[in-house]
Amino acid sequence: MCDSCGCGDTQLVPVDVQQRILSENERGAAHNRHHFVDRGLLAINVMGSPGAGKTALLEATARALQGRRVIGALAGDLATDNDARRLAAACIRAESITTGSACHLDASMVHHALHHLPWHDLDYLFIENVGNLVCPAVYDLGQAANVVVLSVTEGEDKPLKYPVMFHKADLVLISKVDLLPHLPGIRLERIVDSLSQVMPDPHSLAVSSTTGAGIDDWVRWLHEREARMTSAHGTARVAGAAGPSHHSHPPGVHPHHG
Amino acid sequence: MHEYSIVQALYDSIVAQAATRGAATVHAVRVRIGELSGVDPGLLETAWRTFKVHTICEDARMTLELVPARWVCRRCGRPAPVRGIRRCAEC
Repeated sequence: MCDSCGCGDTQLVPVDVQQRILSENERGAAHNRHHFVDRGLLAINVMGSPGAGKTALLEATARALQGRRVIGALAGDLATDNDARRLAAACIRAESITTGSACHLDASMVHHALHHLPWHDLDYLFIENVGNLVCPAVYDLGQAANVVVLSVTEGEDKPLKYPVMFHKADLVLISKVDLLPHLPGIRLERIVDSLSQVMPDPHSLAVSSTTGAGIDDWVRWLHEREARMTSAHGTARVAGAAGPSHHSHPPGVHPHHG
Repeated sequence: MHEYSIVQALYDSIVAQAATRGAATVHAVRVRIGELSGVDPGLLETAWRTFKVHTICEDARMTLELVPARWVCRRCGRPAPVRGIRRCAEC
């Protein structure tokens, strides 16, 4: 009987679901995360505006890590595989995710794309999200960390205008700092200040993919995250953490859950 | 504009609930939205009106309950009234 609006209709049954709307995505993200942790793969969700320099950053990262880590990338865009081709040219094992009209990646898109990438041989996986400073922040993909690329040309107050993504960021890479001399109205410290107002735990690095400035710091940050994951995973192994039912399947081969 | 995929996920969960309970029609849907969820209430309602046509939810009205974020300064413990800005005016 309906007791919520007072109509008393006996055919109406109010149902209290108490479920997060994106719980299905969260299940998918947990599934991806288990795979990543199980293989000791550091997965980073790279977000930022279109043109912030996400792809250039990954190219610079590949140059810096050449011979030291095997890296792969999933490149999300509405159309074209241009980024995946650029990344492949930079010796990154890359697969594109073309979303059609979707403004973000979700866990199932990442999961599907992983079936086309030899990800189990990788040390680092960068998931280059669709260029967008809003929507990608809402969807967990199973990553170990969120990194936002914010270029100096976007203005000092972008973090204040688009706080949602910066709330979720573990690290912000302030990119294109080599352009600062040409931008008299932009001061790096003002960008850092904006970030400190919206990030719960503010961490940022100033980088230039063109000159290589700051890339060493970024690589050091990656190594630290990798070390943290490895030690946490070692503990999980000792504790005999239970995995999904397809744990024993070869990497990348397992039954799908819808 | 990710509200359409939010509505898709909401719709899928409603259909699953309806199937479990043998419901023929959905009359009303009530959703709680957190201030920091990154979901725009107006866009969500628009997406819902578009999406529900010719579905079990065709006649269902959506009611949104907005849940405000509460801020407390880590340093001084005072509640911070500033929306979206994580810096204490006192400190």
